[in-house]
Parts: sequence; structure tokens; C-alpha cells
Amino acid sequence: MTMLKDTPLIFTKGSKSFKSSYIRPLDVEMPDLAAYYGDSYRAELPDMPNVDEITAIRHYTNLSNKNFSVEVGTYPLGSCTMKYNPKVNEDMAALPGFANLHPYQACETVQGSLELLHDLELQLNDLTGMDAFTFQPAAGAHGELTGILLIKAYHEDKGHTKRDTIIIPDAAHGTNPATAAMAGYKVREVKSNEHGLVDLDALAEVLGDDVAGLMLTNPNTLGLFDCNIDRITQMVHDCGGLCYYDGANLNPIMMQARPGDMGFDCVHLNVHKSLSTPHGGGGPGAGPVGCKDFLEKYLPRPVVVKEDDGYTLDYDRPHSLGMMRSFIGSFGVLVRTYAYMLRNGVEGLKEVSEGAVANARYIMERVKDYYHLAYDEDCMHEFVISSAWQKEKYGIDTNDIAKRLIDYGFHPPTVYFPLIVHEAMMIEPTETETWRDLDALAQALIDIAKECESNPELVKGAPHGTPIARPDETRAAKDQILTCTD
Amino acid sequence: MTTVKEDRLYAKTHEWVEVEGNVAAIGITDFAQDQLGDLVYAEAEPVDIDVEIDDLVGSVESVKMASDLYSPVAGKIIESNESIEDAPEQINEDAFGTWFVKIEMSDPSQLDGLMDAEAYKKFCEEESA
Repeated sequence: MTMLKDTPLIFTKGSKSFKSSYIRPLDVEMPDLAAYYGDSYRAELPDMPNVDEITAIRHYTNLSNKNFSVEVGTYPLGSCTMKYNPKVNEDMAALPGFANLHPYQACETVQGSLELLHDLELQLNDLTGMDAFTFQPAAGAHGELTGILLIKAYHEDKGHTKRDTIIIPDAAHGTNPATAAMAGYKVREVKSNEHGLVDLDALAEVLGDDVAGLMLTNPNTLGLFDCNIDRITQMVHDCGGLCYYDGANLNPIMMQARPGDMGFDCVHLNVHKSLSTPHGGGGPGAGPVGCKDFLEKYLPRPVVVKEDDGYTLDYDRPHSLGMMRSFIGSFGVLVRTYAYMLRNGVEGLKEVSEGAVANARYIMERVKDYYHLAYDEDCMHEFVISSAWQKEKYGIDTNDIAKRLIDYGFHPPTVYFPLIVHEAMMIEPTETETWRDLDALAQALIDIAKECESNPELVKGAPHGTPIARPDETRAAKDQILTCTD
Repeated sequence: MTTVKEDRLYAKTHEWVEVEGNVAAIGITDFAQDQLGDLVYAEAEPVDIDVEIDDLVGSVESVKMASDLYSPVAGKIIESNESIEDAPEQINEDAFGTWFVKIEMSDPSQLDGLMDAEAYKKFCEEESA
């Protein structure tokens, strides 16, 4: 069981005397490296782990065995849409014609790839009800920033100097206020009502001639679809603000409802969520940003344009807010997005969303007698339960229950978010889990609720099956040691 | 259960106020520190700043979340507790004994808008329901 064993640092495994046998000793005279490299020459070797090849391979293979991914088990991390990504996406991105491109190639040599981007833009327009897209942003939060900078470019262009505030609901993703602040805006919060939706009276109170726009995700972070959305966007427009749609929760509404039809002016998409590209991993991501016609001229440059003799990249855009990163964006990620959309088609994407909602509702119905349901409403792709009952009766909090789920072989849900629910657990199973997986997750949650009563210490001490049970999060944040010492 | 002190006034955003003459000391309540969990960072705004009601007077960060302290009264910050920056854990240990800032109030009648201990207790019960 590699899971149970801790893996020592690779620095502790080597020895100074070890000499690699992988590179044979020179059988010619050693050149004078110091003379050749001059000032760049290092007389002393850096302090690198000195291990043989099989030790290095075993070390990293053992570490990788400790990873948990959606390819290991169910990963119901709310708001993150940890769906399984079909391997055909990878096959398409690995086609030599895509994989071996160089960003400095002349447009006439990459016509197929530009056509792909152009067609992807049309498809995303269809999906969101927007009129144009940029592919530059490198991730979701980067897309948020691009979206808000679009709104800013618009107001600056129109001379609306007084508009310095962005309205954000109290249930919003933390990136929303961070984005607004980064773009130089003040943030004003609007409260949720007792149904977990935007309180229209509270919204009316915070709107005014200093408002640049609203940032909103629908369905919201409670997994609830705001049925007042057309009134909300109308109220913001009436006061002269623009509406930005946070695309993090697009998964349950694809080909069912469109941000453009709800009254939004621009939107970012987390293609690693709804549109099945890899999550994180340190590699490049993509957060395409779409907008309505009147904002199109402010989009980052370049954009792909279709002309009589083929496709080209247009850099000559005087109103553009500039470049958000180099070149056109993370092309390989966009190929995966395109592959996923083509594979599913309109009907397929519709089914994806229906599946995401059905799966979430199934688990919610099964567990709602065992956990306090924060808002007892029909959820969309995710729902929020809390450990309020367990905390009151047995002193067991959300952290304990999340840790206990690890022992059952599940990744814990998102915890302590959204902030407006105490002891929150936010569960999003996604459409790719099978009925058996859903049942097993629901049963595990029920069993843990029963353990809280029958054996509370078992839950408080969880997890029991991992190399480290409870890392000291407080000390890790306060007292950071970021270098390896023997 | 978390405690509430009788000799304080309370804001809906979970700050306590201790009044001495014209000066209001401000901190976060035991309920607030319990909700936040172990604090990893805390800071108070510096002295000589003029504040209005709801202006920022400090902030706290735990492993779960970050939160700001808003002034329940208007006035000038005359003392700022720098020790919380080095030892935020004292807020978890003794929330009512750890003030962030002391404010010389410009209009003490603003205190009338705050809750007493009884009202705050009820408010917390509703919040956690």
C-alpha cells in the first residue's frame, strides 16, 4: 500500500559519493570548461539530489500514486466541475498539425488552425448568446479580469469617469471582488434573500450613477438558478452599468439558457470546467471571453478574421484594451475545447447539462435527511449542505466530515464556501459519474452522518488511511519553511 | 457555545465596542473568531486616520477565509494594536480582551445604532440557524 507510506524527500535519498552509471566516463580528453564558459562557469556543483535513475523514477512514481484525480475516483468538488475529460480531446490536440505549430508561423501556413479558432468563436457565440470572443486569457480568473477591463474600456471610451464601483452578490466566487479590485474598482456587496437569490430591493439600494457594472454567476454558488435574472440585468442597465457573467457555473445551462439572453454584456468561460479541458496541473489554461457587439472593438488583440483569401490575425485594432498575454492564447487547450464541442453537438451539450443537474439532485435528495440543507430549493449542478446539526450535537464540523470522506475513497467537496452558509459543504458530482458512483457517494455521506452519532471520535480523527492525517494548516500559513534542509 | 460580554455593544458585522468616555475600543467577537477558526494573520489600521461608519479599521485571515473589520462609529484612530500582527492567535484565545483600534468618537450618539449583549446573542442564534 503506497498510499499509507510517507515518501521522504528525494534529497534524503542520495549520497554525495554516488556516481551515475548512466553517462559513461569520457574516453577522450576533458576540455577546459572554465576557459570555454568564462564567467558563466560554476566551479561547484549545485546542491541537487544525487540519486541513481531507478531511485528517481521510484520516488516520483510513488509520489504520483498519492495523487487523487477524477481518473482515480469521484471528485465532487463544488464549483470546480471536475468532470472526466474524454481521451479523444487529447488525441485531437496531439495531431502533429496542431501540436507542432510555432506561434511565429506565417498565417498562410496555419490556415486550418485559424479556421478552427474562427469556428470555435462561432460555436461559443451560439453557446453563450454573445457576438464575439477573444481566446487570449490564460485561465478563468484571467478571463474575469479581461471581462472587467472590457467594461472599463467601454466606460473610459464614453467618458464615464464617475463610474468606479462594481456590484457583487455576497454569494459570489472570491475571484469576483479580487478581479474588480485588480481592475481598479471599488466593490459593493449586494445581499442574498431568504431563497439564496439576489435580493432585488437590496440591489435597488446599491445601484447608482457610480456603478460601472455587476458581476454575477447564474446559477449562483448555492447551485440555484436566479429566475429574476432578466430584471437584475435590466436594473443594472437602467442605471448605466454593464453586466458581466462569471462562466464558472455554465455546466448546467449549456444549450438550455444563454447569458446573452439573460441580459449579460460579456462573459468568461472556464473551459476546464464545462468544456472539458484539463484542470490546472501547472500547464497552460484558457479562459475565453465573449461580448456583445458594442464591446467587440475593445477586445484584446489580435483577433482571427476571415477575409476573401483566407484567415488572418488582425492586430490593427485602435480601441483594443491591448494584449492580455502573448500571441493568440493557449491553442492546444482550445483544440480540446473544440473537440469536446464537436463531439457532443448541440444535443449532446444539452444532455451534459441535464445530466449534471439530475446527478446533483439525486445526491441532494438522498442525503437531505442526514445533513442540514442550506436552501431547500431545486438545485442545478451543485448544492450546499452543512454540518450544522453534527456540530451542534456532536461537536463535529465540516472539516471532520470532509476528512472522513477521504477514508471512503472520495475527494472531499468544497468546504466553508459559499461564505454565507456556516459549515458549508458544496457538492458537485458532474454528469460523468455513473449511477453506481453517485450511489456510493450518497451512501458514504449517510454512513458518515451515522458515524457522527455512533462513533464521533472516529470522524474527528479522520482520515485514518493516509500518510499524514491532519497537517497543521495554521502553522503552515504562519510559519513557512520553503527550503529543504537536511 | 461562544461567549458574549455584557459590558460591550455589538455591530451586525460581529465587531464589539467598549466605550470609555469619548473613546471606543473595537475588536471582533468570540462568535466571529469561532466562525473564522485559527487566525493566521491580523492587522489594524494605523493611528491618525479619520474614519466614517463602515470604514475599514482592520482585517483578519484564517485558514478558511479572510474578513475585514468595519468601524461602527465615526472618528479618529488614536491607538492601533500592532501586537496582533505578530500574534494573531491571541484573538482566538481572548477575543474580548484583544482590541484592534481605539477611536476618538466624533459623534457618540452613533452608539445608539448598535446592539446590546442580549440583542447580539439573539442575532447570533438567528445567524447560525
